[in-house]
Amino acid sequence: MSGFDFTRRRFMSAAAAAAGVTLAPGVTLYGIGAAARELDAPASADIRWGLLIDVNRCTDGCNACVTACIEENGLEGHGRPATDAQWIRKVRVRNPKTGAEKHLPVMCQHCAEPPCVDVCPTGASLKRADGIVLVDKHICIGCRYCMLACPYKARSFIHENLSDQKPHAPRGKGTVESCTMCVHRVDAGGTPACVEACGEKGNGAMLFGDLNDPGSEISRRIATYATRQIRGDLGVDPGVWYQNL
Amino acid sequence: MAAKTKFREVEGWSFGYLALLAGLGLLVLAGLGAAWFMEHNGHYVTGMNNQIVWGMPHVFAVFLIVAASGALNVASIGSVFGKTVYKPMSRLSGLLAVALMVGGLAVLVLDLGRPDRLIVAMTTYNFKSIFAWNIYLYTGFFAIVGIYLWVQIERRMNRYAAAAGWFAFLWRLILTTGTGSIFGFLVAREAYDAAVMAPLFIAMSFSFGLAIFLLLLMFTYAGTGRPLGDRILKRMGTLLAVFVAAVLYFTVVQHLTNLYAAEHVGVERFILLEGGVYTTLFWAGQVILGGLVPLGILLLPGIAGSRSGIALASMLVVLGGMAQVYVIIIGGQAYPLVLFPGMETASSFMDGAPSTYAPSLYEIGLGLGGVAFALLMVAVSVKVLAFLPESLADSAVDPHHARPTAVQPAAAGA
Repeated sequence: MSGFDFTRRRFMSAAAAAAGVTLAPGVTLYGIGAAARELDAPASADIRWGLLIDVNRCTDGCNACVTACIEENGLEGHGRPATDAQWIRKVRVRNPKTGAEKHLPVMCQHCAEPPCVDVCPTGASLKRADGIVLVDKHICIGCRYCMLACPYKARSFIHENLSDQKPHAPRGKGTVESCTMCVHRVDAGGTPACVEACGEKGNGAMLFGDLNDPGSEISRRIATYATRQIRGDLGVDPGVWYQNL
Repeated sequence: MAAKTKFREVEGWSFGYLALLAGLGLLVLAGLGAAWFMEHNGHYVTGMNNQIVWGMPHVFAVFLIVAASGALNVASIGSVFGKTVYKPMSRLSGLLAVALMVGGLAVLVLDLGRPDRLIVAMTTYNFKSIFAWNIYLYTGFFAIVGIYLWVQIERRMNRYAAAAGWFAFLWRLILTTGTGSIFGFLVAREAYDAAVMAPLFIAMSFSFGLAIFLLLLMFTYAGTGRPLGDRILKRMGTLLAVFVAAVLYFTVVQHLTNLYAAEHVGVERFILLEGGVYTTLFWAGQVILGGLVPLGILLLPGIAGSRSGIALASMLVVLGGMAQVYVIIIGGQAYPLVLFPGMETASSFMDGAPSTYAPSLYEIGLGLGGVAFALLMVAVSVKVLAFLPESLADSAVDPHHARPTAVQPAAAGA
């Protein structure tokens, strides 16, 4: 039964590797060394997927990551900002004492100790072995307790009927959702759509990789430069790191 | 020793009774209609959004669930603390507790994004979640109060009433600890994340539950023309004052502790000074009308113990309690989440800005439907089963009443 899928998946990962293009120093579209995950293999705990965002390269007015996320996951809203879903947003951070401003994207931080997973009554909020935090749409009852628990305001509740969903990013009215780190791309050996768009149309501020691999570029940069996590004091150990914040 | 209490069903054929059932029934239908409308269209038709994720339904639900465990106190005082005056009322106390719990849970469940998946919530558990524990605490509450009612009503089982009463009392304390901890365990929210939430909720449950019980008792006995003694009412009025004072005490501790820590000054400034509707509801609703005024009515010499005074104080405690739960739930979410301490933030997702919320009619309708369902359960139950004593006159229930050297109830109570 899975023979076809196997072949297709292998083909896709081979194609992805062949198409690997370095767009800018440190930013690679495909072929960052991650192999596609076989469909019948569980996510590996040897890997911890993460992101590094260089805040100095992220500029005001650039929305490439947000636009790419909306397109990739079919998040077109209904023109109601208070209830429309936002998986990634650009946040302006201003120091009131100095007036210094930074602009950076904030999405699900894919915590190692995710509060949303702790509080979820049914276990619909889950963390994969490779660190990606997801919502199982089949057992989410729509209680929104995870939204209250999330320190990053990263989750959205689907407030109305949906149409034209993307097959790789299923959604459902009455359930909660958030950034999946483009798990469908990652499992196929690719990178999240926001990272790709930031490299292509933005300023190459985002880097995706394996935090568990000390040799990966993301690990080396986190170890080398001044990097931090948002609200690292909470002890939830986010998988998204920020440089020059 | 007072004569053995006689329990009897209400007649239940008067115009007033039937009109009451019809009125409550209509409210229940309206609530169900509101729930259907919200589920059908999605929650965008409500005032709730991605910032204020819990709204008016949760205010009603949490209020009812908290009050439910408190309504059981009258029974506990009789069984656990051995105050015989309270024993005749323990059946009604248990009934009201179950009814309020059913009403609250119905509102909570009907507000879910996927209420059709209730079976998932009942079969798939994450045992690290306080919500999952609460599902056990709530269902256990029904079972335990049900058994408690049975051993009281079934004469052969009466000897187990004290043991069942103890168990129910401990269970309800744990249950309300669980309800308070829903908020206490939220590590990232400035307004919550405090151990005081659990005891605060327990004090709130004592207060709200007794206030609702008093209103129900006075309404039912006036409506059925059964005698209800002044002294028993006064005793409960004094007890209510103690509970109201306890809520005020925990509220002071909660805010004082936060004010001392510089990192929490922002949220305190929001709730206590600059939060608009939340500030008004806190001071005018919760503290003054729901706290200080009832305390005065219940304790000041001259007016303390008057029937209308106790009724008014109870109503104010209920309204003040709703205001308090509103400030906790909605106000706590309206204060923006702090991602970057010490910094100002702004985004398309309302980062850094206080969230606005206006409850929709549907949410209020669903909440009132839950209240009506609880009251309907009580109204029907007192007709089909013998929950109500024929008389709660002082001479019928107070063992000291007939004696000229009787101890004054106010001194003996509490």
